[in-house]
Amino acid sequence: MNAANFKHALFCAFITLIISYPILGLNLVSAGTSMGLEGASTVTIIGIFMAVAVVFLFQLCRDSAMAKLGQLPRPDFTSNRPPMTEKTRLKIQNIVILTIILGASLWPFIASRGSIDLATLVLIYIMLALGLNVVVGLAGLLDLGYVAFYAVGAYTFALLSQYFGVSFWFALPVGALLAALFGLALGFPVLRLRGDYLAIVTLGFGEIIRILLNNWTSLTGGPNGIGGIPDPTLFGLEFGRRIKEEGNLSFHEFFGIAYDSTHKVIFLYLIALVLAALTFFAVRRLMQMPVGRSWEALREDEIAARSLGLSRTGVKLSAFTIGAFFAGFAGTVFASKQGFISPESFVFLESAIILAIVVLGGMGSQFGVILAAIAVTILPELAREFSEYRMLIFGAAMVLMMVWRPQGLMPMRRIHIELEKQE
Amino acid sequence: MLVIEDVHTHYGKIEALHGVSVEVNRGEIVSLIGANGAGKTTLLMTVCGNPQASSGRILLDGRDITHLPTPEIMRSDIAIAPEGRRVFPGLTVAENLQMGGFFNTKAEVRASQAHVYELFPRLKERENQRAGTMSGGEQQMLAIGRALMSKPRLIILDEPSLGLAPLIIKQIFEIIGKLREEGITVFLVEQNAHQALKLADRGYVLETGRIRLQDTGANLLANPDVQNAYLGG
Repeated sequence: MNAANFKHALFCAFITLIISYPILGLNLVSAGTSMGLEGASTVTIIGIFMAVAVVFLFQLCRDSAMAKLGQLPRPDFTSNRPPMTEKTRLKIQNIVILTIILGASLWPFIASRGSIDLATLVLIYIMLALGLNVVVGLAGLLDLGYVAFYAVGAYTFALLSQYFGVSFWFALPVGALLAALFGLALGFPVLRLRGDYLAIVTLGFGEIIRILLNNWTSLTGGPNGIGGIPDPTLFGLEFGRRIKEEGNLSFHEFFGIAYDSTHKVIFLYLIALVLAALTFFAVRRLMQMPVGRSWEALREDEIAARSLGLSRTGVKLSAFTIGAFFAGFAGTVFASKQGFISPESFVFLESAIILAIVVLGGMGSQFGVILAAIAVTILPELAREFSEYRMLIFGAAMVLMMVWRPQGLMPMRRIHIELEKQE
Repeated sequence: MLVIEDVHTHYGKIEALHGVSVEVNRGEIVSLIGANGAGKTTLLMTVCGNPQASSGRILLDGRDITHLPTPEIMRSDIAIAPEGRRVFPGLTVAENLQMGGFFNTKAEVRASQAHVYELFPRLKERENQRAGTMSGGEQQMLAIGRALMSKPRLIILDEPSLGLAPLIIKQIFEIIGKLREEGITVFLVEQNAHQALKLADRGYVLETGRIRLQDTGANLLANPDVQNAYLGG
């Protein structure tokens, strides 16, 4: 705790004061037609000054506190263990993932309706994050507009069903392919861009799609969104109480069981589970294929990759297209689950959350990304009482993660041998 | 094998190469030496098609490759170990090598990999280590090894001695000599003029985008102008 620290702490405390006082300490009061300014209650003022004091104290001993945080035990699974061969690693991965899928497919029959609904959302996020993981984690292309492809998938289904009465199963591949096409279309202008510039252009692309959906009122209904999106059917069996389409049977009548609205939720959950598993295995397969290795090569060193004859165009476009494809999947499921979509669901914050999942999970690591998707979706639900402070907690968690485990929860594992010390 | 004819290359409006002609014959080691900014790397990049020559011709085995796209050129008989090594730091040595044989069959890759390990036993020792954690010399070996993986007939080495210790440089040049014995043509671009010319069959001196001198390696080493300008008198 030297003089420089003290000065810095004082400065931070002052910043806290000038930021928080006008926002929290002053209230606008409307008196008739004019606006008046009024000081907040004494409690708030005391709160503000306590916050200032906390900031001051924290900044004063920040160095030692951060050093202590750095010393926290880090779970290190790699230490003192002989490296696994690629085969055993894949085998263990398979066993783990199959156990998870099996457990997840039994789970809805014992859980409550609300939690199944939430789990479906988690699965949608897993799909999105696995897809973005291809673009950001493997190919190293920072995409801030990923939500656009999600929106394309969702709106494809919504519009097709509204105008042409298309069913979920038909819209699913169409939505994914259309999203992939948009990925390809975005890929072309950004071929020469990298890093910050790429991020800005993709961010713009995401906004363009959202604004387009918002303003093309005649087609998309603008901010009013599109409702009445049909639920998926099981080989022509509908899950509603009453049949919507001629010639279809309803699920409960066909099996002769009592109508239960949970059936539909479970069914959607299972669809999402299958699609998420499909995404996982497809991406894992791609990672082992030449195209996956070329993504990694491009991320590691673009010039070297090109010197080996890899085409930058092909590699980048394939990453964008495949990433977008899975977002289209997720979008279709999302539209079906919600039954109503509007541009509100596809704001930049969604892109940021998906990106945060990928970064938190560990770039390129599929298990890490799944883990992070679960954490990021469920934690806010558990902490409903603090929902106002959601973003605050989120931000704090991000900062702590970056200090504690900068490579993410479960960083991507590559086989490597620790050389034994020679004597 | 490789013929560069009166090549002009522009970066935007600035002309970096003012009509360069270089010929590399089959089985030769040809060294191109020159100071910083002479255009050595630009010439190599032009051969690779990035940027493309604004005029002149580049022939590989009689085939005009001047205006082919980079990937197509790099998939032909040329391989390059780029300046500054540029190995993939996060991939292991084996994976780096496999990337080098990206367009070859699995059997070919396996054979080339064994061959590279023979040339560089050190790489075999480090097979499963991440390339980024190796020393500069080892990385240079890996860069050359990776270039060899595609079974090229012409290998271009851009400053292989950059930033390496003298002992390692000697090893690297020994390996380059071995490549010639295997029948691989080597086009060597170097600032380390002494080593490069000693090894070379023929050499070129590039100055501010023009070829100043061309002769056999030994003659260039003995040339007083070259001695003054590049060999420290």
